[in-house]
Amino acid sequence: MKPKDLPERELRPVANESGIEVKPLYTAADVEASGDTGMIGLPGEYPFTRGIHSLMYRKQPWTMRQYTGFGNAADTNQRFHYLIANGQTGLNVAFDLPTQCGMDSDDPQAEGEVGRVGMAVDTLRDFEIAFEGVDLERITVSLTINGAAAILIAMYLAMAEKRGYDLAKLRGTAQNDILKEFVGRGTWVYPVGPSIRLVGDTIEYCAKHAPKYSPVSVCGYHIRESGADPAQEMAYALCIAKAYADDVIGRGLPVDEFAGRLSFNFNCFGSLFEQVAKFRAGRGLWAKIMKERYGATKPGSMWMRMIAGGGGGGLTFEQPELNIVRGAYYALICALAGTQTMALCCYDEAYTIPSEYAQRISLRTMQLLIEEMGLADTVDPLGGSYYVETLTNQMRSRMEGIMAEVDAQGGIVKLIAEGAIQAKVSAQAYRRQREIEEGIFRKVGVNCYRTEDKTPEMEFHPYKEEDAREQIQSLGRVRTERDAGRVQAALARVQTDARSGANLMPAIMEAIKAYASVGEITGVLVGVFGRYREPVRF
Amino acid sequence: MNRSKRIKVVLAKPGLDGHDQGAKVVVRALMDAGFEVIYTGLRQTPEAIARIALDEDADVIALSSMAGSHLPICRKLEPLLEQAGLGDKLWIIGGNLPAQDHEALRALGFKGIFPSSSRLGDIVNFIRTNAP
Repeated sequence: MKPKDLPERELRPVANESGIEVKPLYTAADVEASGDTGMIGLPGEYPFTRGIHSLMYRKQPWTMRQYTGFGNAADTNQRFHYLIANGQTGLNVAFDLPTQCGMDSDDPQAEGEVGRVGMAVDTLRDFEIAFEGVDLERITVSLTINGAAAILIAMYLAMAEKRGYDLAKLRGTAQNDILKEFVGRGTWVYPVGPSIRLVGDTIEYCAKHAPKYSPVSVCGYHIRESGADPAQEMAYALCIAKAYADDVIGRGLPVDEFAGRLSFNFNCFGSLFEQVAKFRAGRGLWAKIMKERYGATKPGSMWMRMIAGGGGGGLTFEQPELNIVRGAYYALICALAGTQTMALCCYDEAYTIPSEYAQRISLRTMQLLIEEMGLADTVDPLGGSYYVETLTNQMRSRMEGIMAEVDAQGGIVKLIAEGAIQAKVSAQAYRRQREIEEGIFRKVGVNCYRTEDKTPEMEFHPYKEEDAREQIQSLGRVRTERDAGRVQAALARVQTDARSGANLMPAIMEAIKAYASVGEITGVLVGVFGRYREPVRF
Repeated sequence: MNRSKRIKVVLAKPGLDGHDQGAKVVVRALMDAGFEVIYTGLRQTPEAIARIALDEDADVIALSSMAGSHLPICRKLEPLLEQAGLGDKLWIIGGNLPAQDHEALRALGFKGIFPSSSRLGDIVNFIRTNAP
C-alpha cells in the first residue's frame, strides 16, 4: 500500500547505516512481507525479541553503571562512593593502560601511563582499597578488562572471598572479550589461540565456582567504534560469542551450565529506529542460535543480557554541550530497546576523563527517563509499530547474512587472526570520515550548524605524577611484605598449568592470594604463550 | 618543491593506547594522497619509533595519541630522533591533544599538531607543504 498524496518519485531516497532502504510509511503489509512474524512473540518468552523478562523495568529499572576509574585505588574508591551516593546502582571500573596490558606500574613501558586513563592495579591490595565500603551484594561491579581479564577476575573473586562473600552467590561482570580487542581497543597480550583459551578457562571456572558471576561481556561496541555498521556490530558480536561457546562446549561443559552467564555490550549511536531494531533483532537471533544450534533448554541460556548506552563515536568535539543532548537520546534508545544495564558517555568525554559534574548529568539523564518520562512503565513500548517490527525483521535477516558470510570465509577467529575484519571496518571508517568531511553524512556542529561561538570552559581531569610514584612505592611495599616462597610456588604452578593445558584459574587465584602482581603473572604466561603480533593490513 | 621520490611517512602509535581507528583512517588518507605510508601498529616505544623512522628513511614522522600520554612520550622521543639524525624531518602529531599542550609539543619540535576534529585534507596539505 502506498501513501496516496506523496509524490514518491520526488522524495529523497533514505537508507539506514546498515544499508536497509527506509520508506516514508509502513503498514501491516510491510511487517508481513518483512520476514518471520513469529519472531516477535511476547516479552519473557522465546524468542525474547521484545525483552528477556515479562515485566522488564516495571519490576526493576535498568542498572545505572557509569564507567569510572583514575589514579590509584583510593582516588577511585572516592568516586565510587560519590556515584553510589547519587543513586548509581552498579559500578563499572576503568583500569589504566598498564593494568589492561598486563604490566606492573614499575614496568619501564608503563612510564607516564600509570593511573592516567583508569585506576592503576598491581596486586590484590589495590582491590581491597578500591572496593572498601562498597556492599558487593547490593552494588554489582563490572570490570572493563580484557587482556588481563583472567587475572583481574581472580583478583575480584579473591577480594570478595576475603571479605566474607559467598562466591556461589556473588554477582558481577568482566568484559573479558579478547577477540574484539584484536579488532578495536587493542589491549591484547597473547596470541589469538591462548587468548581464547583463557576466556574459556574463566567461563568454565566461574560456571563451577561462581555461577552467578558473568565472566564475559561480548562487545559489539568497539567493533562499531572501529567502523562497523549496526548490523555488522551485532553480527560480529554474535560470531564472537559463538566462538567462546564453542570453546567451552569443546571442554565438555553442557551449554545450559554456562550460557546463562554470557552477557553483551553494545553501542547505540545512530538512527533511533535502526538502533532499537538492532537490539530487538539481536535478542531474537541470539535466542534462536542458542536454542537451535546449541540445543539450550533453559530460558536464561537464550537471554541476551546487555549493557548499552555508550556511543563515543557519535559524540563530537565541536559544541560539546550537544553531547548532553545526544546522551539523552542514547539513553532513550536503550530504554526503548530493553537493555539490562546502562552506561552513558559523558559530554566532556571527547576531551578528558569525565568530571564528577559530567557524570552526575549522565546519571540524572537516566533517572529523568525513569522518574519523569515513563520509560520504566511499559515493556517494549515500540513493539507493534509497523516500522519497528519491519525493521527488526530486516535487521535480523541482514545480521544472519553477515554471519553466514563470516562462516563461509572460514569463521570469525580466522578472519580476526588474519586482520580481515580489521581491514574491512577500517576501510568503512575511512569512507565515513570522508562522507562527514564532504557533508554527505550529516553531523550537527561538525558539517552543518557550526558556530564560531566559544565552547564552554572544560574542566580537564588533572593527572597527578605523585599518584604514579606512590603506586610504585606501594607495589614495592607489597613485594617486601608478602611471602616470597608462596609467590614463587604459585607462579611456578601458573607456568606448569599454562603448559599442560589445565584450567589456569585455580593457579592464578592462588598467585593472586599470595599477592603476586598483574605483571608477574602475565610475564609467566607470556613466557609460555608468547605475544600477539598485530597483522597490519590495508 | 620538485621531489624525485614519493613522500614517505612513518605513522606510529606510541605508548599503550589501543585506539587506532583514527590512525588507520589517516593512513588511508595519506595513501590516497599518493604518499608512501609505513604504519607501525600499536604499542611502539620511543626507541622503536626512532629506529623504524631511520630504517625506513622517513620524510615524515607522524604520531597518533588518544590516551593523554603525548607529552611524556614526545619528551622521550625528541632526543632519540635528534640522535638518529632525524631532526630535519617533519614531525607531526594527531589525536586527543588539549590546546593547553600545543605549545609544549611545538617546543619539542612537532611542527604539525592535529587535535580531534582535524580534517584529513588539512593533514595531507600540511605534509605536502612542509615535508623536507
